[in-house]
Amino acid sequence: MTPAPTRYTPTAIALHWIVAALIIFNLCFGLYTVGLPLSPTKLRYFSFHKWIGVTILGLASARLLWRAFHPVPALPASMKPWELKAAHVSHALLYVLFFAAPLTGWLFSSAAGFQTVYLGLIPIPDLLHKNKEVAEVLRITHHWVDYALAAVIVVHAAAALKHHFIDRDDVLVRMLPRPKPKSP
Amino acid sequence: MKSIFLAATLALAALSSAAQQKIIPAQSSIRFVTTQMNVPVEGAFHRFDATVSFDPKHPEATKAEFEVELGSIDLGTDEGDHEAKGKAWLNVAAFPKARFVASSVKSLGGDRYEASGALAIKGATQNVVAPFTLKEANGVRVVEGQFAVKRLQYKIGEGAWAATDTVADEVLVRFKFALPAK
Repeated sequence: MTPAPTRYTPTAIALHWIVAALIIFNLCFGLYTVGLPLSPTKLRYFSFHKWIGVTILGLASARLLWRAFHPVPALPASMKPWELKAAHVSHALLYVLFFAAPLTGWLFSSAAGFQTVYLGLIPIPDLLHKNKEVAEVLRITHHWVDYALAAVIVVHAAAALKHHFIDRDDVLVRMLPRPKPKSP
Repeated sequence: MKSIFLAATLALAALSSAAQQKIIPAQSSIRFVTTQMNVPVEGAFHRFDATVSFDPKHPEATKAEFEVELGSIDLGTDEGDHEAKGKAWLNVAAFPKARFVASSVKSLGGDRYEASGALAIKGATQNVVAPFTLKEANGVRVVEGQFAVKRLQYKIGEGAWAATDTVADEVLVRFKFALPAK
């Protein structure tokens, strides 16, 4: 048996930070766009928001696939049992919400009668028929799933900072890109 | 003498009403498809009325007038409906109805026909050619067809909405009218 790695692979690190940037941007962007008065800009922004969501869905799937084939670095032995438990639960929640956020958005969009056409080129099939009542339920669901995702991201980031600055372990650093070794 | 006159009046009324038909609303529909950011989005008008006198054997003698209550627009969202009724789009307050008057109908062979006439929306009038099919079953004639409208010719979508990269100029109108066959 190969020993557990001490760092994430460059692929995992790249996927982590790209998905992080896209999710944080799309959460803020979605919230901003909802508040705009109806205009061509709003229609355009909603399309962009959906395209980014579809991208996140694809990249989150890639991350799950990566995890299926790679052992993840072990958590520090100094962590208390409740901390380990909290770490596992919050990571599981993150993954559930990575999928729940774009999927509820996709369903909402379908029920509202606005098909998602990725990048304006690739039509993504509507999962539901147009239905005003169903669309309203899904709109509210998408809204709360997104707030839940934002909340878990805040917890995740706070925990990473606590590991780095208070516990002074390598939990944050092993997910950071390694600086290029200086040539001798 | 009085009763003969009454009978004659009734007979005359019956004759003229046979020539003019009213649509059966429950089996009729007016839908439209706009293209927003390359995405087809469907909507409908729920209230419309028509007076048609149409004989498939003599299509050239057709007389048909359609009126659509633009306030009955349904885009699937309250925000969309509200916007569509506003000044920049249909301006329903000033122009509550759209009107199509068929000026000629010709046979294209088989069950296919083509109607042309003037379509007036929001104070502008354009000529429209609408091919349709005619099917008859159980005493009901169903007329079904579609035509394209260039929204900017009617100033539907003014100001920022006039840009066609978000909402395309062309709007497809799909109609289905059920009429009593006799």
